[in-house]
Amino acid sequence: MPTPVELDALWLSLKVATIATLVSLPLAMLAAWLLARTSFAGRTALDAVVHAPLVLPPVVVGYLLLMALGARGPVGRWLDSAMGIRLAFTTGGAVLAAAVMSFPLMVRAIRLSLEAVDGGLEWAARTLGATRLDAFVSVTLPLMLPGIVSGAIVAFASSLGEFGATITFASNIEGETRTLPLAIYTAIQTPDGDLIALRLVGLSLALAIGALALAEVADRRVRRMLGRP
Amino acid sequence: MIEVCVRRRLGAFLLDADFAAPSQGITGLFGRSGAGKTTLINLMAGILAPDAGRIAIDDLVFCDADARVTLAPEARRIGFVFQDSRLFPHLSVEANLRFGLRRRRQAPCPITFDAVVDVLGVDHLLPRRPQTLSGGERQRIALGRALLAQPRLLLLDEPLASLDAPRKAEILSYIERLRDQFRLPMIYVSHSLDELIRLADHLLVVSDGRIAAAGPLADVISRLDLQPLLGRFEAGAVVDCVVQAHDPHYRLTTLRFDGGQLRVPLVDRPEGERVRVRLRARDIALALSEPRDVSISNRLVGTISDFAVRDGVFVDVTVAVGTTTVRALISRESKDRLALEIGQRVWALVKTVALDNRSLGLLRPPRATDRDAGRE
Repeated sequence: MPTPVELDALWLSLKVATIATLVSLPLAMLAAWLLARTSFAGRTALDAVVHAPLVLPPVVVGYLLLMALGARGPVGRWLDSAMGIRLAFTTGGAVLAAAVMSFPLMVRAIRLSLEAVDGGLEWAARTLGATRLDAFVSVTLPLMLPGIVSGAIVAFASSLGEFGATITFASNIEGETRTLPLAIYTAIQTPDGDLIALRLVGLSLALAIGALALAEVADRRVRRMLGRP
Repeated sequence: MIEVCVRRRLGAFLLDADFAAPSQGITGLFGRSGAGKTTLINLMAGILAPDAGRIAIDDLVFCDADARVTLAPEARRIGFVFQDSRLFPHLSVEANLRFGLRRRRQAPCPITFDAVVDVLGVDHLLPRRPQTLSGGERQRIALGRALLAQPRLLLLDEPLASLDAPRKAEILSYIERLRDQFRLPMIYVSHSLDELIRLADHLLVVSDGRIAAAGPLADVISRLDLQPLLGRFEAGAVVDCVVQAHDPHYRLTTLRFDGGQLRVPLVDRPEGERVRVRLRARDIALALSEPRDVSISNRLVGTISDFAVRDGVFVDVTVAVGTTTVRALISRESKDRLALEIGQRVWALVKTVALDNRSLGLLRPPRATDRDAGRE
């Protein structure tokens, strides 16, 4: 049976991944919409920034976050003095690291589904009396739901496994930022920690299988709702 | 009146259209692919914004570049039936039909759900999804959906383009029923003159982004200078007739018009109903006296009012028959041999078999009985 400390790591992982997914979802939808349906001067730059975490080593992303948002970073100092928010070496930092790292995956899935929706349907809705927002919400949004669901699931799963950026930016503090991967790493580094590591790996596996099953159920529901096979 | 005077550049293409059309009945918008038909109605619906100009219907201004007025598409109440129907795939047929109706709660809704479902005969389709419908069924739902949004004008963008011939005939008769029942002004875009001759009262001809002609359908169809646009041998007169009598023995129908009668293969319409007949110029021969010993049974007497030489070989002869104008295409040699002159009395001869379903604006393929009549 896992010990309370190990269950803490599991619980923390779930918490970090869930919050990271929920926080990035609206931003990812906005980014996907900007990239798929608009053209503005900084579009290529936005595309590059969104995709950067996919191609940069996670340690580099973590270090960049630390430079910007750490206690002595320009944004970090302002956040601390103006709002009393500290991100480096906190659970909030772990959430941010996970969110940034999984963001490109989420944007990609949502953007692909948005591009697959015929833009002419929104015009049809407009001629039927729907405002721009109404047309998006009642036509485009439901049709891109499969992409939103799969984007959220991919982001959640990758957040559960996030390691490099987290340990660099949020460090490895028990009960605070030590998520499952960090706990496994710590156990491996400890003499005679093999059994602990094995149990944590078992927890990881169970979590992964549970997430996959949930994804399958969600996908089926959405498809049935849209009347697709 | 529908008043449009707009300019819009799209890449190398420039649409520069200026016209007025009546805000009742069906106005046909005819032109080849790429002439600017779709651009024009997209501007009217607000899907495109003009670079300059003004669009108004009955004193209600939709956009005026000078006065900086632009009404959003949803505020224009202009219905749009798209070529590709654009039904919402995530909604049932019923939810598709009600989409616009639900968003018009505040205004009075004279076009009711039940009436539209009844006229279009789509009761059995309501719980289904658009993906499971045939092409013709989809266009029927698209028509109903646009109507239920209570439009003040309905734009139809080649609604038959993706359908086969029997479906085309079916949707055409539905459009006629909608026109008769809901008395809604429509602009019907097509590159098929057959469809427009059957449906339209008024015709706009678009060519290279400009309005080449506008006016009552019969006038525009018979204009000589439009021949290259309308198609060389499609030219002719459009005659408004009334079904006078059916002859079941010979399977012929007599149509009466202002100036004479026409005997045509049996028409599946009740007596007294109005039918449009297109007399193609190439189907008409001329005689100086009434020939009695020929098989041709349609002999219309009239006077020559105009000539136009075409390609040096043919002559287009305009003949006034009563208040109706018909046109005959004969060779220049025949004209000189008969010494035809303006004001001369002539008989215009039309073979009954030349008047098939197409010239009657009935696109339905001939039924067995009609075909038999044609052979007799």
